[in-house]
Amino acid sequence: MLEFVNFYLIPGLVLGSIYALGAIGVSLIFGILRFAHFAHGDMMTLGAYFALPFIVTLGFSPYLALPVAMLGAVAAALLIDRLFYKPLRAQPSIILLVASFGVALMIRAAIQFVWGPHSHVYASGFQMPLVFSGIRVAERHIYIVGLCILLVVALHLFLTRTKTGKAMRALSDDPDLARITGINTERIIAWTWALGAMLAGCAGVFVGMDTHVTTLIGWNMLLPVFAAAILGGIGKPYGAIAGGLVIGLAEEVSAYPVFGNEPLLDPTYKSAVAFAIMVAMLLWRPSGLFRGRVY
Amino acid sequence: MTEQRLDATGLQGGYGGADVLHGVDLRVDPGEIVTIIGPNGAGKSTALKALFGLVQVHTGRVAYGDTDITHLMPDRITRLGIGYVPQERNVFVNLTVHENLEMGAYIRNDDISGHLARIYDLFPPLKEKRKEAAGLLSGGQRQMVAMGRALMLDPAVLLLDEPTAGLAPAFVDLIFERVQEINRAGIGILMVEQNARHALEIADRGYVLVNGANAFEDTGANLLANREVAEAFLGG
Repeated sequence: MLEFVNFYLIPGLVLGSIYALGAIGVSLIFGILRFAHFAHGDMMTLGAYFALPFIVTLGFSPYLALPVAMLGAVAAALLIDRLFYKPLRAQPSIILLVASFGVALMIRAAIQFVWGPHSHVYASGFQMPLVFSGIRVAERHIYIVGLCILLVVALHLFLTRTKTGKAMRALSDDPDLARITGINTERIIAWTWALGAMLAGCAGVFVGMDTHVTTLIGWNMLLPVFAAAILGGIGKPYGAIAGGLVIGLAEEVSAYPVFGNEPLLDPTYKSAVAFAIMVAMLLWRPSGLFRGRVY
Repeated sequence: MTEQRLDATGLQGGYGGADVLHGVDLRVDPGEIVTIIGPNGAGKSTALKALFGLVQVHTGRVAYGDTDITHLMPDRITRLGIGYVPQERNVFVNLTVHENLEMGAYIRNDDISGHLARIYDLFPPLKEKRKEAAGLLSGGQRQMVAMGRALMLDPAVLLLDEPTAGLAPAFVDLIFERVQEINRAGIGILMVEQNARHALEIADRGYVLVNGANAFEDTGANLLANREVAEAFLGG
Protein backbone atom coordinates (compact mmCIF):
# COMPACT_ATOMS: atom_id res chain seq x y z
CA MET A 1 0.00 0.00 0.00
CA LEU A 2 2.78 2.42 0.98
CA GLU A 3 4.63 1.43 -2.12
CA PHE A 4 1.55 2.36 -4.17
CA VAL A 5 1.30 5.78 -2.49
CA ASN A 6 5.02 6.55 -2.69
CA PHE A 7 5.83 5.38 -6.18
CA TYR A 8 2.55 5.64 -8.08
CA LEU A 9 0.00 7.90 -6.40
CA ILE A 10 2.27 10.82 -5.45
CA PRO A 11 4.16 10.93 -8.78
CA GLY A 12 0.80 10.64 -10.52
CA LEU A 13 -0.56 13.64 -8.62
CA VAL A 14 2.55 15.68 -9.42
CA LEU A 15 2.44 14.77 -13.10
CA GLY A 16 -1.32 15.34 -13.16
CA SER A 17 -0.99 18.83 -11.65
CA ILE A 18 1.58 19.75 -14.29
CA TYR A 19 -0.63 18.37 -17.08
CA ALA A 20 -3.52 20.35 -15.62
CA LEU A 21 -1.61 23.63 -15.95
CA GLY A 22 -0.98 22.91 -19.62
CA ALA A 23 -4.49 21.64 -20.27
CA ILE A 24 -6.11 24.74 -18.75
CA GLY A 25 -4.19 26.86 -21.25
CA VAL A 26 -5.14 24.65 -24.18
CA SER A 27 -8.77 24.74 -23.09
CA LEU A 28 -8.87 28.52 -22.58
CA ILE A 29 -7.21 29.17 -25.93
CA PHE A 30 -9.58 26.78 -27.65
CA GLY A 31 -12.56 28.42 -25.98
CA ILE A 32 -11.62 31.91 -27.13
CA LEU A 33 -9.67 31.41 -30.36
CA ARG A 34 -11.34 28.17 -31.48
CA PHE A 35 -8.24 26.27 -32.49
CA ALA A 36 -6.08 23.55 -30.98
CA HIS A 37 -2.83 25.27 -30.06
CA PHE A 38 -0.12 22.79 -31.01
CA ALA A 39 2.69 25.08 -29.88
CA HIS A 40 1.48 24.92 -26.30
CA GLY A 41 3.97 22.21 -25.33
CA ASP A 42 6.83 24.25 -26.68
CA MET A 43 5.63 27.27 -24.71
CA MET A 44 6.17 25.09 -21.63
CA THR A 45 9.67 24.27 -22.83
CA LEU A 46 10.28 27.96 -23.34
CA GLY A 47 9.31 28.65 -19.72
CA ALA A 48 11.73 25.99 -18.50
CA TYR A 49 14.55 27.52 -20.54
CA PHE A 50 13.80 31.11 -19.54
CA ALA A 51 14.28 30.06 -15.93
CA LEU A 52 17.53 28.23 -16.69
CA PRO A 53 20.04 31.12 -16.61
CA PHE A 54 18.50 32.50 -13.44
CA ILE A 55 18.77 29.18 -11.66
CA VAL A 56 22.05 27.86 -13.04
CA THR A 57 24.07 31.03 -13.64
CA LEU A 58 22.65 33.42 -11.06
CA GLY A 59 21.90 30.76 -8.48
CA PHE A 60 18.23 31.68 -7.89
CA SER A 61 15.95 29.06 -6.41
CA PRO A 62 13.60 27.61 -9.06
CA TYR A 63 10.66 29.13 -7.19
CA LEU A 64 12.10 32.63 -7.52
CA ALA A 65 12.73 31.97 -11.19
CA LEU A 66 9.04 31.12 -11.72
CA PRO A 67 7.93 34.73 -12.27
CA VAL A 68 10.74 35.14 -14.79
CA ALA A 69 9.61 32.05 -16.68
CA MET A 70 6.02 33.24 -16.58
CA LEU A 71 6.81 36.75 -17.82
CA GLY A 72 9.10 35.41 -20.54
CA ALA A 73 6.44 32.98 -21.74
CA VAL A 74 3.78 35.73 -21.73
CA ALA A 75 5.99 38.04 -23.77
CA ALA A 76 6.75 35.25 -26.22
CA ALA A 77 3.07 34.29 -26.54
CA LEU A 78 1.94 37.87 -27.18
CA LEU A 79 4.69 38.34 -29.78
CA ILE A 80 3.85 35.04 -31.49
CA ASP A 81 0.17 35.96 -31.57
CA ARG A 82 0.92 39.34 -33.13
CA LEU A 83 3.28 37.86 -35.74
CA PHE A 84 1.61 34.59 -36.68
CA TYR A 85 -1.91 34.09 -35.35
CA LYS A 86 -3.40 37.58 -35.55
CA PRO A 87 -2.98 37.86 -39.35
CA LEU A 88 -4.81 34.51 -39.63
CA ARG A 89 -7.63 35.35 -37.20
CA ALA A 90 -10.35 35.36 -39.87
CA GLN A 91 -9.17 32.07 -41.41
CA PRO A 92 -10.70 28.65 -40.70
CA SER A 93 -9.37 27.12 -37.50
CA ILE A 94 -7.52 24.36 -39.36
CA ILE A 95 -5.22 27.04 -40.83
CA LEU A 96 -4.41 28.29 -37.34
CA LEU A 97 -3.82 24.76 -36.13
CA VAL A 98 -1.27 24.16 -38.89
CA ALA A 99 0.31 27.56 -38.20
CA SER A 100 0.65 26.63 -34.53
CA PHE A 101 2.42 23.44 -35.57
CA GLY A 102 4.92 25.60 -37.48
CA VAL A 103 5.27 27.89 -34.47
CA ALA A 104 6.02 24.84 -32.32
CA LEU A 105 8.89 23.84 -34.60
CA MET A 106 10.18 27.42 -34.65
CA ILE A 107 10.18 27.72 -30.86
CA ARG A 108 12.03 24.44 -30.51
CA ALA A 109 14.61 25.43 -33.14
CA ALA A 110 15.11 28.81 -31.47
CA ILE A 111 15.66 27.11 -28.11
CA GLN A 112 18.23 24.76 -29.63
CA PHE A 113 19.92 27.70 -31.27
CA VAL A 114 20.24 29.66 -28.03
CA TRP A 115 20.71 26.96 -25.40
CA GLY A 116 22.05 24.07 -27.48
CA PRO A 117 20.55 20.63 -28.09
CA HIS A 118 21.84 18.90 -24.95
CA SER A 119 19.90 18.56 -21.74
CA HIS A 120 20.31 20.72 -18.66
CA VAL A 121 19.51 20.29 -14.99
CA TYR A 122 18.42 23.00 -12.56
CA ALA A 123 20.15 21.42 -9.59
CA SER A 124 22.25 18.28 -9.41
CA GLY A 125 22.51 16.01 -6.46
CA PHE A 126 20.01 13.97 -4.54
CA GLN A 127 17.51 15.47 -2.14
CA MET A 128 16.34 13.38 0.78
CA PRO A 129 12.58 12.94 0.68
CA LEU A 130 10.48 13.90 3.68
CA VAL A 131 8.97 10.92 5.50
CA PHE A 132 5.52 11.02 7.13
CA SER A 133 4.81 7.67 8.80
CA GLY A 134 6.13 5.69 5.88
CA ILE A 135 4.91 8.04 3.17
CA ARG A 136 7.94 9.45 1.43
CA VAL A 137 7.50 12.61 -0.53
CA ALA A 138 10.08 14.91 -2.06
CA GLU A 139 9.90 18.49 -0.84
CA ARG A 140 9.70 19.80 -4.41
CA HIS A 141 6.66 17.61 -5.06
CA ILE A 142 4.82 19.28 -2.19
CA TYR A 143 5.70 22.69 -3.58
CA ILE A 144 4.77 21.78 -7.14
CA VAL A 145 1.34 20.47 -6.19
CA GLY A 146 0.83 23.34 -3.73
CA LEU A 147 1.72 25.96 -6.31
CA CYS A 148 -0.51 24.29 -8.90
CA ILE A 149 -3.42 24.50 -6.45
CA LEU A 150 -2.59 28.15 -5.79
CA LEU A 151 -2.50 28.94 -9.50
CA VAL A 152 -5.81 27.19 -10.12
CA VAL A 153 -7.47 29.08 -7.26
CA ALA A 154 -6.06 32.36 -8.60
CA LEU A 155 -7.37 31.50 -12.07
CA HIS A 156 -10.78 30.68 -10.65
CA LEU A 157 -10.95 34.03 -8.85
CA PHE A 158 -9.84 35.80 -12.00
CA LEU A 159 -12.51 34.13 -14.15
CA THR A 160 -15.34 34.64 -11.69
CA ARG A 161 -14.53 37.90 -9.89
CA THR A 162 -12.91 40.23 -12.41
CA LYS A 163 -14.55 42.03 -15.28
CA THR A 164 -11.89 40.79 -17.70
CA GLY A 165 -12.31 37.22 -16.49
CA LYS A 166 -16.07 37.36 -16.93
CA ALA A 167 -15.66 38.90 -20.37
CA MET A 168 -13.32 36.02 -21.23
CA ARG A 169 -16.03 33.52 -20.34
CA ALA A 170 -18.59 35.59 -22.23
CA LEU A 171 -16.43 35.65 -25.35
CA SER A 172 -15.92 31.90 -25.09
CA ASP A 173 -19.70 31.48 -24.77
CA ASP A 174 -20.79 33.54 -27.76
CA PRO A 175 -18.37 35.71 -29.76
CA ASP A 176 -21.12 37.47 -31.74
CA LEU A 177 -23.08 38.45 -28.67
CA ALA A 178 -19.84 39.56 -26.97
CA ARG A 179 -19.11 41.88 -29.87
CA ILE A 180 -22.64 43.34 -29.80
CA THR A 181 -22.20 43.91 -26.09
CA GLY A 182 -19.10 45.98 -26.77
CA ILE A 183 -16.51 43.56 -25.36
CA ASN A 184 -13.09 44.34 -26.83
CA THR A 185 -12.24 41.00 -28.43
CA GLU A 186 -8.56 41.67 -29.11
CA ARG A 187 -7.95 42.74 -25.53
CA ILE A 188 -9.54 39.56 -24.21
CA ILE A 189 -7.53 37.46 -26.67
CA ALA A 190 -4.33 39.05 -25.35
CA TRP A 191 -5.38 38.16 -21.81
CA THR A 192 -6.10 34.60 -22.90
CA TRP A 193 -2.60 34.22 -24.31
CA ALA A 194 -1.11 35.77 -21.20
CA LEU A 195 -2.94 33.36 -18.88
CA GLY A 196 -2.21 30.31 -21.03
CA ALA A 197 1.46 31.25 -21.30
CA MET A 198 1.81 31.92 -17.56
CA LEU A 199 0.49 28.48 -16.69
CA ALA A 200 2.54 26.85 -19.45
CA GLY A 201 5.70 28.61 -18.25
CA CYS A 202 5.13 27.34 -14.72
CA ALA A 203 4.45 23.83 -15.97
CA GLY A 204 7.77 23.91 -17.87
CA VAL A 205 9.73 24.96 -14.80
CA PHE A 206 8.00 22.27 -12.73
CA VAL A 207 9.00 19.59 -15.24
CA GLY A 208 12.53 20.96 -15.18
CA MET A 209 12.58 20.75 -11.39
CA ASP A 210 11.27 17.22 -11.40
CA THR A 211 13.42 15.77 -14.17
CA HIS A 212 15.71 17.68 -16.48
CA VAL A 213 15.38 20.37 -19.12
CA THR A 214 15.50 19.27 -22.74
CA THR A 215 14.10 20.79 -25.90
CA LEU A 216 11.55 17.97 -26.07
CA ILE A 217 9.88 18.22 -22.65
CA GLY A 218 7.00 20.28 -23.97
CA TRP A 219 6.55 18.25 -27.11
CA ASN A 220 6.35 15.08 -25.03
CA MET A 221 3.71 16.67 -22.83
CA LEU A 222 1.56 17.80 -25.73
CA LEU A 223 -0.31 14.52 -26.14
CA PRO A 224 -1.22 14.02 -22.47
CA VAL A 225 -2.11 17.71 -22.19
CA PHE A 226 -4.49 17.49 -25.14
CA ALA A 227 -5.88 14.24 -23.78
CA ALA A 228 -6.52 16.04 -20.48
CA ALA A 229 -8.20 18.98 -22.19
CA ILE A 230 -10.44 16.67 -24.22
CA LEU A 231 -11.23 14.51 -21.21
CA GLY A 232 -12.32 17.58 -19.29
CA GLY A 233 -14.41 18.88 -22.18
CA ILE A 234 -12.51 21.25 -24.43
CA GLY A 235 -13.18 24.91 -23.66
CA LYS A 236 -13.86 24.11 -20.00
CA PRO A 237 -10.88 25.17 -17.89
CA TYR A 238 -12.25 23.45 -14.79
CA GLY A 239 -12.69 20.21 -16.66
CA ALA A 240 -9.09 20.50 -17.82
CA ILE A 241 -7.92 20.41 -14.21
CA ALA A 242 -9.77 17.16 -13.56
CA GLY A 243 -8.61 15.83 -16.93
CA GLY A 244 -4.98 16.58 -16.10
CA LEU A 245 -5.18 14.77 -12.79
CA VAL A 246 -6.90 11.74 -14.31
CA ILE A 247 -4.35 11.43 -17.12
CA GLY A 248 -1.37 11.95 -14.80
CA LEU A 249 -2.65 9.37 -12.31
CA ALA A 250 -3.62 6.92 -15.05
CA GLU A 251 -0.16 7.09 -16.62
CA GLU A 252 1.63 6.43 -13.34
CA VAL A 253 -0.78 3.91 -11.87
CA SER A 254 -0.83 1.92 -15.12
CA ALA A 255 2.65 0.66 -14.19
CA TYR A 256 1.55 -0.62 -10.77
CA PRO A 257 2.06 -4.37 -10.37
CA VAL A 258 -1.54 -5.27 -9.60
CA PHE A 259 -1.02 -8.96 -10.38
CA GLY A 260 2.24 -10.47 -9.12
CA ASN A 261 5.46 -8.58 -9.63
CA GLU A 262 5.08 -7.51 -13.21
CA PRO A 263 3.86 -3.96 -13.88
CA LEU A 264 0.29 -3.89 -15.18
CA LEU A 265 1.58 -2.03 -18.22
CA ASP A 266 5.24 -1.68 -19.10
CA PRO A 267 6.26 1.93 -18.18
CA THR A 268 7.56 2.36 -21.74
CA TYR A 269 3.94 2.47 -22.84
CA LYS A 270 2.99 5.16 -20.36
CA SER A 271 2.20 7.75 -23.00
CA ALA A 272 -0.04 5.25 -24.78
CA VAL A 273 -2.35 5.45 -21.76
CA ALA A 274 -3.09 9.12 -22.42
CA PHE A 275 -3.54 8.34 -26.10
CA ALA A 276 -5.93 5.48 -25.38
CA ILE A 277 -8.00 7.65 -23.02
CA MET A 278 -8.13 10.41 -25.62
CA VAL A 279 -9.25 8.07 -28.40
CA ALA A 280 -11.85 6.45 -26.16
CA MET A 281 -13.24 9.84 -25.16
CA LEU A 282 -13.41 11.04 -28.74
CA LEU A 283 -15.25 7.87 -29.75
CA TRP A 284 -17.75 7.60 -26.95
CA ARG A 285 -18.04 10.99 -25.33
CA PRO A 286 -16.49 13.69 -27.51
CA SER A 287 -17.91 16.46 -25.34
CA GLY A 288 -15.73 15.27 -22.46
CA LEU A 289 -16.68 14.45 -18.91
CA PHE A 290 -17.96 17.97 -18.31
CA ARG A 291 -19.85 18.62 -21.54
CA GLY A 292 -17.49 20.94 -23.35
CA ARG A 293 -17.68 21.87 -27.01
CA VAL A 294 -17.79 19.46 -29.90
CA TYR A 295 -16.50 20.58 -33.25
CA MET B 1 -28.19 59.67 -23.59
CA THR B 2 -29.61 62.50 -25.63
CA GLU B 3 -32.61 61.38 -27.58
CA GLN B 4 -32.39 61.68 -31.30
CA ARG B 5 -34.26 60.40 -34.29
CA LEU B 6 -33.13 57.08 -35.75
CA ASP B 7 -33.77 57.30 -39.45
CA ALA B 8 -33.08 54.72 -42.17
CA THR B 9 -33.77 55.52 -45.80
CA GLY B 10 -33.66 53.38 -48.93
CA LEU B 11 -31.80 50.45 -47.36
CA GLN B 12 -30.66 47.79 -49.80
CA GLY B 13 -28.43 44.97 -48.76
CA GLY B 14 -28.17 41.55 -47.19
CA TYR B 15 -25.73 38.97 -45.90
CA GLY B 16 -23.35 38.95 -48.85
CA GLY B 17 -25.38 36.83 -51.30
CA ALA B 18 -28.55 38.05 -52.94
CA ASP B 19 -30.07 41.16 -51.37
CA VAL B 20 -32.74 40.68 -48.73
CA LEU B 21 -33.64 44.35 -48.44
CA HIS B 22 -34.80 46.16 -51.56
CA GLY B 23 -35.40 49.67 -50.31
CA VAL B 24 -36.57 49.85 -46.71
CA ASP B 25 -37.37 53.08 -44.86
CA LEU B 26 -37.69 53.05 -41.09
CA ARG B 27 -37.87 55.82 -38.55
CA VAL B 28 -38.04 55.97 -34.77
CA ASP B 29 -38.68 59.35 -33.21
CA PRO B 30 -37.56 59.93 -29.62
CA GLY B 31 -39.74 58.02 -27.16
CA GLU B 32 -41.85 56.21 -29.76
CA ILE B 33 -42.82 52.55 -29.91
CA VAL B 34 -42.55 51.42 -33.50
CA THR B 35 -43.21 47.91 -34.69
CA ILE B 36 -42.30 46.08 -37.88
CA ILE B 37 -44.65 43.33 -38.99
CA GLY B 38 -44.97 41.30 -42.15
CA PRO B 39 -44.92 37.75 -43.47
CA ASN B 40 -42.08 35.30 -42.87
CA GLY B 41 -39.07 36.05 -45.01
CA ALA B 42 -40.06 39.67 -45.59
CA GLY B 43 -36.72 40.84 -44.21
CA LYS B 44 -38.03 42.24 -40.92
CA SER B 45 -35.17 40.96 -38.78
CA THR B 46 -32.68 41.79 -41.52
CA ALA B 47 -33.93 45.38 -41.59
CA LEU B 48 -33.49 45.63 -37.84
CA LYS B 49 -29.97 44.21 -38.08
CA ALA B 50 -29.17 46.68 -40.86
CA LEU B 51 -29.79 49.53 -38.42
CA PHE B 52 -27.27 47.98 -36.05
CA GLY B 53 -24.44 47.37 -38.49
CA LEU B 54 -24.96 43.60 -38.67
CA VAL B 55 -25.92 43.50 -42.34
CA GLN B 56 -24.03 44.71 -45.40
CA VAL B 57 -25.87 47.82 -46.56
CA HIS B 58 -24.68 48.94 -50.00
CA THR B 59 -27.34 51.51 -50.81
CA GLY B 60 -29.20 53.76 -48.43
CA ARG B 61 -28.33 55.47 -45.22
CA VAL B 62 -28.89 55.02 -41.50
CA ALA B 63 -28.67 58.20 -39.47
CA TYR B 64 -28.88 58.69 -35.74
CA GLY B 65 -29.52 62.37 -35.22
CA ASP B 66 -26.87 64.00 -37.37
CA THR B 67 -24.52 61.03 -37.24
CA ASP B 68 -24.24 58.66 -40.20
CA ILE B 69 -24.08 55.17 -38.66
CA THR B 70 -24.65 53.15 -41.84
CA HIS B 71 -21.23 51.51 -41.84
CA LEU B 72 -20.33 51.64 -38.14
CA MET B 73 -19.52 48.46 -36.25
CA PRO B 74 -22.11 47.28 -33.68
CA ASP B 75 -19.93 48.15 -30.70
CA ARG B 76 -19.66 51.76 -31.89
CA ILE B 77 -23.41 51.96 -32.42
CA THR B 78 -23.94 50.58 -28.90
CA ARG B 79 -21.84 53.43 -27.54
CA LEU B 80 -24.01 56.01 -29.32
CA GLY B 81 -27.05 54.89 -27.34
CA ILE B 82 -28.72 52.26 -29.49
CA GLY B 83 -29.26 48.89 -27.86
CA TYR B 84 -29.98 45.67 -29.75
CA VAL B 85 -31.53 42.47 -28.43
CA PRO B 86 -31.15 39.50 -30.81
CA GLN B 87 -33.94 36.97 -31.12
CA GLU B 88 -31.80 33.91 -30.58
CA ARG B 89 -28.57 33.40 -28.71
CA ASN B 90 -29.23 36.54 -26.76
CA VAL B 91 -27.71 35.53 -23.43
CA PHE B 92 -24.31 34.17 -22.35
CA VAL B 93 -25.49 30.71 -21.34
CA ASN B 94 -22.56 29.84 -19.09
CA LEU B 95 -22.63 33.12 -17.22
CA THR B 96 -25.02 33.76 -14.36
CA VAL B 97 -27.93 36.15 -14.78
CA HIS B 98 -26.05 38.72 -12.74
CA GLU B 99 -22.89 38.32 -14.81
CA ASN B 100 -24.91 38.69 -18.00
CA LEU B 101 -26.18 42.04 -16.77
CA GLU B 102 -22.68 43.05 -15.72
CA MET B 103 -21.41 42.23 -19.20
CA GLY B 104 -24.05 44.57 -20.58
CA ALA B 105 -22.18 47.33 -18.79
CA TYR B 106 -18.77 46.15 -20.00
CA ILE B 107 -17.91 49.46 -21.61
CA ARG B 108 -18.92 51.47 -18.54
CA ASN B 109 -16.43 52.10 -15.80
CA ASP B 110 -18.73 53.79 -13.30
CA ASP B 111 -20.87 52.36 -10.54
CA ILE B 112 -23.62 50.18 -12.00
CA SER B 113 -25.39 49.08 -8.81
CA GLY B 114 -28.28 51.50 -9.44
CA HIS B 115 -28.81 50.06 -12.90
CA LEU B 116 -28.75 46.50 -11.62
CA ALA B 117 -31.32 47.36 -8.95
CA ARG B 118 -33.59 49.00 -11.52
CA ILE B 119 -33.42 45.98 -13.84
CA TYR B 120 -34.22 43.60 -10.99
CA ASP B 121 -37.20 45.84 -10.17
CA LEU B 122 -38.34 45.71 -13.79
CA PHE B 123 -37.91 41.92 -14.00
CA PRO B 124 -38.42 40.49 -10.49
CA PRO B 125 -37.95 36.83 -11.59
CA LEU B 126 -34.35 37.66 -12.49
CA LYS B 127 -33.55 38.70 -8.95
CA GLU B 128 -34.38 35.23 -7.65
CA LYS B 129 -32.32 33.62 -10.38
CA ARG B 130 -29.43 36.05 -10.30
CA LYS B 131 -26.88 33.38 -9.41
CA GLU B 132 -28.16 30.80 -11.89
CA ALA B 133 -26.56 30.19 -15.27
CA ALA B 134 -28.60 32.01 -17.91
CA GLY B 135 -28.62 28.83 -20.01
CA LEU B 136 -30.89 27.18 -17.44
CA LEU B 137 -33.63 29.82 -17.73
CA SER B 138 -36.88 29.56 -19.67
CA GLY B 139 -37.23 31.43 -22.95
CA GLY B 140 -39.18 34.24 -21.34
CA GLN B 141 -36.64 34.70 -18.59
CA ARG B 142 -33.83 34.70 -21.13
CA GLN B 143 -35.61 37.46 -23.00
CA MET B 144 -35.71 39.44 -19.77
CA VAL B 145 -31.98 38.91 -19.24
CA ALA B 146 -31.30 39.98 -22.82
CA MET B 147 -33.41 43.11 -22.47
CA GLY B 148 -31.85 43.86 -19.11
CA ARG B 149 -28.39 43.44 -20.57
CA ALA B 150 -29.17 45.98 -23.29
CA LEU B 151 -30.63 48.41 -20.75
CA MET B 152 -27.41 48.52 -18.73
CA LEU B 153 -26.02 51.14 -21.09
CA ASP B 154 -29.01 53.51 -20.79
CA PRO B 155 -29.86 53.32 -24.48
CA ALA B 156 -32.06 56.01 -26.03
CA VAL B 157 -33.42 53.49 -28.54
CA LEU B 158 -33.87 49.75 -28.07
CA LEU B 159 -34.07 47.41 -31.07
CA LEU B 160 -35.95 44.19 -30.20
CA ASP B 161 -35.94 41.26 -32.60
CA GLU B 162 -39.12 39.21 -32.01
CA PRO B 163 -39.02 39.49 -28.23
CA THR B 164 -42.03 37.18 -27.76
CA ALA B 165 -41.15 34.49 -30.32
CA GLY B 166 -41.76 31.03 -28.94
CA LEU B 167 -42.88 32.25 -25.51
CA ALA B 168 -45.80 30.92 -23.50
CA PRO B 169 -48.86 33.24 -23.67
CA ALA B 170 -48.39 34.43 -20.09
CA PHE B 171 -44.88 35.54 -20.91
CA VAL B 172 -45.99 37.24 -24.13
CA ASP B 173 -48.27 39.57 -22.18
CA LEU B 174 -45.59 40.18 -19.59
CA ILE B 175 -42.93 41.05 -22.14
CA PHE B 176 -45.27 43.46 -23.97
CA GLU B 177 -46.10 45.06 -20.63
CA ARG B 178 -42.40 45.45 -19.81
CA VAL B 179 -41.71 46.92 -23.24
CA GLN B 180 -44.32 49.59 -22.53
CA GLU B 181 -42.80 50.24 -19.13
CA ILE B 182 -39.31 50.63 -20.61
CA ASN B 183 -40.84 53.01 -23.14
CA ARG B 184 -42.47 55.07 -20.38
CA ALA B 185 -38.94 55.81 -19.14
CA GLY B 186 -38.44 57.66 -22.41
CA ILE B 187 -36.65 54.92 -24.35
CA GLY B 188 -37.62 54.60 -28.01
CA ILE B 189 -38.52 51.07 -29.10
CA LEU B 190 -38.26 49.49 -32.53
CA MET B 191 -39.42 45.91 -32.50
CA VAL B 192 -39.99 43.19 -35.03
CA GLU B 193 -42.98 41.06 -34.06
CA GLN B 194 -44.76 37.95 -35.25
CA ASN B 195 -47.46 38.69 -32.76
CA ALA B 196 -48.62 41.46 -35.08
CA ARG B 197 -51.98 42.40 -33.60
CA HIS B 198 -50.68 42.64 -30.06
CA ALA B 199 -47.63 44.61 -31.21
CA LEU B 200 -49.71 47.13 -33.16
CA GLU B 201 -51.96 47.64 -30.14
CA ILE B 202 -49.09 49.03 -28.09
CA ALA B 203 -47.25 50.73 -30.97
CA ASP B 204 -47.35 54.42 -31.85
CA ARG B 205 -46.55 53.55 -35.45
CA GLY B 206 -46.06 50.44 -37.50
CA TYR B 207 -44.45 49.30 -40.71
CA VAL B 208 -45.54 46.37 -42.83
CA LEU B 209 -42.65 44.90 -44.80
CA VAL B 210 -43.23 42.61 -47.76
CA ASN B 211 -40.44 41.11 -49.86
CA GLY B 212 -37.81 43.36 -48.39
CA ALA B 213 -39.62 46.64 -49.00
CA ASN B 214 -42.11 48.89 -47.22
CA ALA B 215 -45.71 47.95 -48.04
CA PHE B 216 -47.63 50.00 -45.44
CA GLU B 217 -46.73 52.60 -42.89
CA ASP B 218 -49.17 54.19 -40.48
CA THR B 219 -50.08 54.60 -36.83
CA GLY B 220 -50.64 51.38 -34.95
CA ALA B 221 -54.38 52.04 -34.64
CA ASN B 222 -54.79 52.84 -38.33
CA LEU B 223 -52.93 49.71 -39.40
CA LEU B 224 -55.16 47.64 -37.15
CA ALA B 225 -58.20 49.26 -38.77
CA ASN B 226 -56.86 48.87 -42.31
CA ARG B 227 -58.86 46.07 -44.02
CA GLU B 228 -56.11 45.20 -46.45
CA VAL B 229 -53.50 44.87 -43.70
CA ALA B 230 -55.89 42.99 -41.45
CA GLU B 231 -56.80 40.44 -44.12
CA ALA B 232 -53.27 39.85 -45.33
CA PHE B 233 -51.20 40.08 -42.17
CA LEU B 234 -53.36 39.93 -39.09
CA GLY B 235 -55.26 36.76 -39.87
CA GLY B 236 -58.50 38.51 -40.94
